[in-house]
Amino acid sequence: MERIPLERKVLSENDRIAGDLRARFREHGIFCLNFISSPGSGKTTLLERTLECLPRHERVAVLTGDIQTDNDAARLRRFHFPVKQITTGGTCHLDARMIERHLADWNLQELDLLFIENVGNLVCPSSYDLGEHAKVVLLSVTEGEDKPLKYPSIFFKSRLLILTKTDLLPYVPFDIEAAAENARRVHPDIEVVKVSCLTGKGMAGWMNWLEQQRRAAKTPSTLAPVPAGL
Amino acid sequence: MHEMGIANSVLTAVRTAMRRVPGSYPSKVGLRIGQMAAIDQEALRFCFEAITRDTDLEKLSLEIEFRPLRYRCRSCGHEFAVQDYEIQCPNCRSLETEYLSGDELELAYLEVEEHGTNPVGA
Repeated sequence: MERIPLERKVLSENDRIAGDLRARFREHGIFCLNFISSPGSGKTTLLERTLECLPRHERVAVLTGDIQTDNDAARLRRFHFPVKQITTGGTCHLDARMIERHLADWNLQELDLLFIENVGNLVCPSSYDLGEHAKVVLLSVTEGEDKPLKYPSIFFKSRLLILTKTDLLPYVPFDIEAAAENARRVHPDIEVVKVSCLTGKGMAGWMNWLEQQRRAAKTPSTLAPVPAGL
Repeated sequence: MHEMGIANSVLTAVRTAMRRVPGSYPSKVGLRIGQMAAIDQEALRFCFEAITRDTDLEKLSLEIEFRPLRYRCRSCGHEFAVQDYEIQCPNCRSLETEYLSGDELELAYLEVEEHGTNPVGA
């Protein structure tokens, strides 16, 4: 018997492509976020409100992933920014090759901001680097406040937690501070914003965070700290 | 459920590595999987068995080394496994601690046997 050391990541091919994407984003000055949550936590609605808040001259594009249908792309196209649907056909997450393929016919020189909406799934997308600057995890107040403890990986790897649907707080037994605290137990440096896309409350906090991160990414010396695990 | 994709990636890596050792067959592949890797070990084993069954890799076994979440204390340098997300240093009680490891999803090694000793599929 002979033992051959392998010593490399299982997903090294994905990571290689993600590294290429990250280099291209840097070269073209594109700030990229990867949005991850359970199905129905409000990723598409948050992106709708976000696109609505951005000025028309903003050079932003969206890649949105789902197992079937291009419903989300249809919703997001109403804001007149480039949007492309990635239909995985069954795969429960986006991988770097899908991003590379769907960016192929976009001129990256014409973009400054790229939002990637992952397939609704709180587990699998956390394993796949897409070349993004940061992962953003959403948790809605109709879910359990202990989800960060039950599904720690994505909270551990995300720079920001957005607690969504806060307008429902009067009607659901959700302890929003406990949810934030559970996320901080898993990832002490995670930042937290609370948003209601229905009323708009908290949108300013999210948009400020986005603007700060974009500015920080342009100035390497003041880059926001890399979250644990990345 | 992305364990099938992970299992496929492992087999691709095994087949690639086997090109370097002609005349041998793979008997065991070792993985390191961290607490924060979001991998269900049982699901991965199930997928691994499903895609190796009735193939030339049927006798390839999978060994998984579990890696706990580990932090390092910035004050005293102590390195410790984090239990129940308690990141305070157990040595000096400092809260100035930092992530060290725990999201591994790594191929560690491949064990191969020479053909003729116990041929695969025989």
